[in-house]
Amino acid sequence: MSISVGIVGIGWTGFRPATPEVSYKEMIYEAATRAYADAGVDPRRDVDSFVTVSEDFHEGTSIFDEYVPDQLGGAQRPVHTITGDGLHGLAAAAMQILTGRFRVVVVEGHSKASNILTLPHITHYALDPILNRPLDVNPIAVAALEACRYLHESGTTREQCAAVVAKNRRNALRNPAAAYGANLRAEDVLRSEMVASPLARLEISDQADGAIVMVLADAETARRLSPHPVWMRGIGWANDSPSLESRCWDRAVYAEQAAAMAYRMAGIGNPADEIQFAEVDDTFAYKELQHLEALGLCAWGRAGPLTVEGATAPNGRLPVNVSGGSLGLGHLLEASGLARVLEVVLQLRGQAGSRQLGDVNTGLAQSWRGVPTTSGAVAVLSNQLSGGES
Amino acid sequence: MRRVAVVGAGMTRFVRRAMETPKELAWHAGRMALDSCGLTLKDVGGVCIGSAPDAFDGVHMKGEYLADGSGAWGKPVMRSFVGGGTGVFLGPHGWYHVASGLFDVVLVVAEEKMSSFYPHAQAAFVTIFDHTTERPLEPNLLWIFALEMNRYMQTYGISKRDIAQVAVKNKRNAADHPCAMLGEANITIEDVLNSEVLAWPVQRLDVSPVSDGAVAIVMAAEGVAERITDRPVWVQGVGWNLDTAYWTNRDLAYPEYVERAARMAYDMAGVREPRKEIHIVEPYDPFDYKELHHLEGLLLADRGKAPELTAQGVTARGGAMPVCPSGGLLGVGNPITAAGLMKVAELFWQLRGEAGARQVPGKPERGLAQAWGDLMQVGTVTILGTRRPA
Repeated sequence: MSISVGIVGIGWTGFRPATPEVSYKEMIYEAATRAYADAGVDPRRDVDSFVTVSEDFHEGTSIFDEYVPDQLGGAQRPVHTITGDGLHGLAAAAMQILTGRFRVVVVEGHSKASNILTLPHITHYALDPILNRPLDVNPIAVAALEACRYLHESGTTREQCAAVVAKNRRNALRNPAAAYGANLRAEDVLRSEMVASPLARLEISDQADGAIVMVLADAETARRLSPHPVWMRGIGWANDSPSLESRCWDRAVYAEQAAAMAYRMAGIGNPADEIQFAEVDDTFAYKELQHLEALGLCAWGRAGPLTVEGATAPNGRLPVNVSGGSLGLGHLLEASGLARVLEVVLQLRGQAGSRQLGDVNTGLAQSWRGVPTTSGAVAVLSNQLSGGES
Repeated sequence: MRRVAVVGAGMTRFVRRAMETPKELAWHAGRMALDSCGLTLKDVGGVCIGSAPDAFDGVHMKGEYLADGSGAWGKPVMRSFVGGGTGVFLGPHGWYHVASGLFDVVLVVAEEKMSSFYPHAQAAFVTIFDHTTERPLEPNLLWIFALEMNRYMQTYGISKRDIAQVAVKNKRNAADHPCAMLGEANITIEDVLNSEVLAWPVQRLDVSPVSDGAVAIVMAAEGVAERITDRPVWVQGVGWNLDTAYWTNRDLAYPEYVERAARMAYDMAGVREPRKEIHIVEPYDPFDYKELHHLEGLLLADRGKAPELTAQGVTARGGAMPVCPSGGLLGVGNPITAAGLMKVAELFWQLRGEAGARQVPGKPERGLAQAWGDLMQVGTVTILGTRRPA
């Protein structure tokens, strides 16, 4: 089954380490206004439904969906929240459109991470309250455990992980929206403070503030609204076990399953040949490598060597995180997946400025919900519908 | 449009303090729902989760935590969230998963454990208020419902005695529900009027009890549903609507967002005269006045006239339009999202003639479940019927 839902409008604001002068409502309003202008729609008239993504503890407000409708233009309209990544929100919107009862659906995600003084303390509350939380382990140590296992099983080295950081921070220098662009060498990364072995300070993405809004439409409406619709050809999401005791610690099983679902929908049999560039989760440097392998974009244990060889650089065979990824852009909490999609859309529209890749028509966006989850989602996007139709 | 049916349902007892973890409660309900239609997790393509604010359990990203207990280990899982409206929103949420064509069978699980919050879950609600304008006042959720109840009474000249009838009716209905956490079933109007004042005009017996519990349903696509059961109950209409966060700007006498959600669902179901075409109603009744308020918002009673229907016995289990034949939240208990999905499950059992001692007379063909939540702000509606939609 192939699906045809078009992304016809994108708007964003940010991304910056702190935004003391604006509230999350103002950021959402700014991103939404830009997305509606881009799509040429009036939210009060043309939008059938709104989907937002957020987590209460990140917002510091319970039942946070209360506070989303006004600045989106969604008051007294169908609006609901998904407590997931932006890619889950995109999936919810796509499903609504595919029912045939909704033509235009808006998706919103944001991060006001600068309001959170001690994010690991919040993340700590995501650990199982009975079995794991009493151990009082810093959540970053959970990622470190996984990194150890992944490096050991796949033969990936810390030097290869450091090359991911150098690449993504450098890529971010060409992205005016990115918060953490820098010229770093792999040695600088390896020399940074050890946070939880084997994870050094610079291998862990820092958060940023920002908001991203996208307008989705069914195929007919998308063609009418946009000169350059970007088609969601496939979308998938999956969870491995949330329990630390029973999950897979070397492979990213959730990403394998989410990708299988998205590829099946998109009719992609050989992703390594058919996906031309990818924006994947790099919350931690090793995650980019582990995810590339889970997505079938390279063989197990090969992502590290390929990165060092430059194959995932913007001029390589498979450009990965040309935007800068979370390491270069800043991690945007629930909006992180939308940031990955945003870059794919810009590249497919030919609007990526000085980081524009030459002649691309199919890209992939992937997200992971962070420690301690095993929750991931994948979208396959194209500027052509299958069969050469545009 | 692909038609969707409910084919199975399960429910734990609602209790004051469950000894099971949230994962276990979810597991019990999901298992019962699957057993009720002879399916196993192997038959389930995806999972939809509902649970109200993370603050109850103190578990951040509660949907991730609940995933394995809800049967979603190795499956696509998504948690939707519209506060107290979430339980009935799981109707639309599961519906669009299946109607989109992406899933043939989904397991829909609602779980709530309010007893984890010590000493009382009510205190968690201070965090739902606006952090700048309201939270410094240390508001209590009961206060704003007291405002709404007062406004409703003043606008239409309704007495406390008129409203107390609802508590008497629903608690008596719940005596026939095997999962109810009911104390005294045969209370009188005088008992309600003499109960402890919590926030005038709200008294203790006007309010549903906080509780722990879980409910699950199984939803399947046309063509699949008929193979699972001889008597699928079809989703005929869904609707949801979110009003502004600025609740102080709303006329609290009438829930316009409920009317908008209802109209969306009636339109999809092809219902033109709801008072004739809806045979059973399960409106949200966390407070007795809310059942009346919601019947009016659902266009099933004239504004200010719902108490008369109650006085005339129209809304009794044997009346012309049975309302809350389950016993509702007032009688069965109010584990927030589980209580909402309990209403959808009640329609399923009633429409199949499986409601036992609660069975309404005649052969009802169509029922409506509705929930409400956020800052007196969101309406969610699910209409089920025995007839396959055209």
